[in-house]
Amino acid sequence: MKHIKTINKANLKKTAAKGGCGKCQASCQSACKTSCTVANQKCEKEA
Amino acid sequence: MIHKYKLAGYNVLLDVNSGGVNIIDDLTYDVLDSVEPPFAEECPAEVVAKLSRSYPAQDIKECYEEIVSLYNDKILYSDDDYEKYALVAVASPIKAMCLHISHDCNLRCKYCFASTGDFGVGRKLMDLETAKRAIDFLIEKSGDRKFLEVDFFGGEPSMNFDVVMQTVEYARSREAATGKTFRFTTTTNGMHLTEEMIDFINKEMYNVVLSIDGRKEVNDRMRVRVDGTGCYDLITKNFKRLVDKRPNDKDWYVRGTYTKYNLDFSEDVVHLHDLGFEQISVEPVMADAKEPYAITEADLPRIFKEYEVLAEKIKKIRSEGKFINFFHFMLDLDQGPCAIKRLRGCGCGNEYVAITPDGDIYPCHQFVGVDEYKMGSLYDGTFNLEMKDEFAKAHVYNKPECKKCWAKFYCSGGCNANNYIYQGDIHAAHKLSCQIQKKRLEVAILMKAVQLLDEAE
Repeated sequence: MKHIKTINKANLKKTAAKGGCGKCQASCQSACKTSCTVANQKCEKEA
Repeated sequence: MIHKYKLAGYNVLLDVNSGGVNIIDDLTYDVLDSVEPPFAEECPAEVVAKLSRSYPAQDIKECYEEIVSLYNDKILYSDDDYEKYALVAVASPIKAMCLHISHDCNLRCKYCFASTGDFGVGRKLMDLETAKRAIDFLIEKSGDRKFLEVDFFGGEPSMNFDVVMQTVEYARSREAATGKTFRFTTTTNGMHLTEEMIDFINKEMYNVVLSIDGRKEVNDRMRVRVDGTGCYDLITKNFKRLVDKRPNDKDWYVRGTYTKYNLDFSEDVVHLHDLGFEQISVEPVMADAKEPYAITEADLPRIFKEYEVLAEKIKKIRSEGKFINFFHFMLDLDQGPCAIKRLRGCGCGNEYVAITPDGDIYPCHQFVGVDEYKMGSLYDGTFNLEMKDEFAKAHVYNKPECKKCWAKFYCSGGCNANNYIYQGDIHAAHKLSCQIQKKRLEVAILMKAVQLLDEAE
């Protein structure tokens, strides 16, 4: 496209269908303890 | 829902519900101010007329067609159909625990949310019996979760390190029979790190957080000993010893707090990097607005600018072939957490609890000492499942500000404790945190987008 460049897969919806396994780290345990950013956590679901 | 912003010469367009990130030109940016679904087949004449003062009519029509095409592909203005997933993970197993191994500290940091280490409930160390009961509690409540996280927290955990070591030994002894794998983490101020402690942390701890604020004068203004002297010289030496011996497959961060006194905190990030610390987290202090060091609304424009400055400095460091990772700029735009994880943030009070030296159970470390949020006790066997349910349901769709916010799937409703402490309700977004979080995300998303754009070219 000339005017709009989509940078990523925009696949958040697909992750909902098979998500929620709960294997990932609790976000506050990582490197903050006083805030919360979830989007920088890793998905740990086994393929 | 879409969100668009201009930053560093780029126009960024986010589609909130698909997670789509787009770089757009000025024309698209302006067209999006004038159109929204449902879309007509052709660009409305009034939109063309309005924008034709600045852009050729043909370009406007072409741009409109691109927008409609992405809309039809559900990449723009995609539906928010996640609310049905909000019930997943209600009645979740508990998988993470903050173990308050020491309600005592050998520093008296002026901004300490834990009242310089004792959480306002008296200086005390956890005994091994309580720590073992905590491990048993976690195993018992963990259902089918394999990985269990235990964070040794304080106060200062190294003041009770024998119990830390014995607790790890006990938990490991229960792994084979229960099928669980423990992931231990700790936070330390670095005041008392023997070689034995360093070796133990580097062997057993999946992640270690090293508390330091940055430049010597910044650190030593807030992070002081009981006698008021700063700790910079000692802790930088100790942290270096730890990091130099840290295996590559284990995480670590130096973590600082910035206050009103160092709103130029990008200098502190660069300073920490210059010291050889490449994994860095620096965050705003959370404090009562009456405190002289507290960050207030008036500081926000300066802070917003500083995150942009920080992004430039990180870019420069990387352009020199050096590695640096800033925790709050980390984002994976394709393989990050699933949408369900993104509905309720840290999981405190539901998947995550804190245990005090007395064996009391709280939703997280920041609730410790708040009587109405005491969830139970390891010693009388109580555990308030109604309260657990309240936290489980504290997802973004039950938080009015979050529900309509573009950043809800990045921050996931923010910190329930900050919401409670500063807004009086775990469901009420803490405004100051929100505004900083949103700016940080805008910068992080752009940094990642530019990187992906560069890689594609």
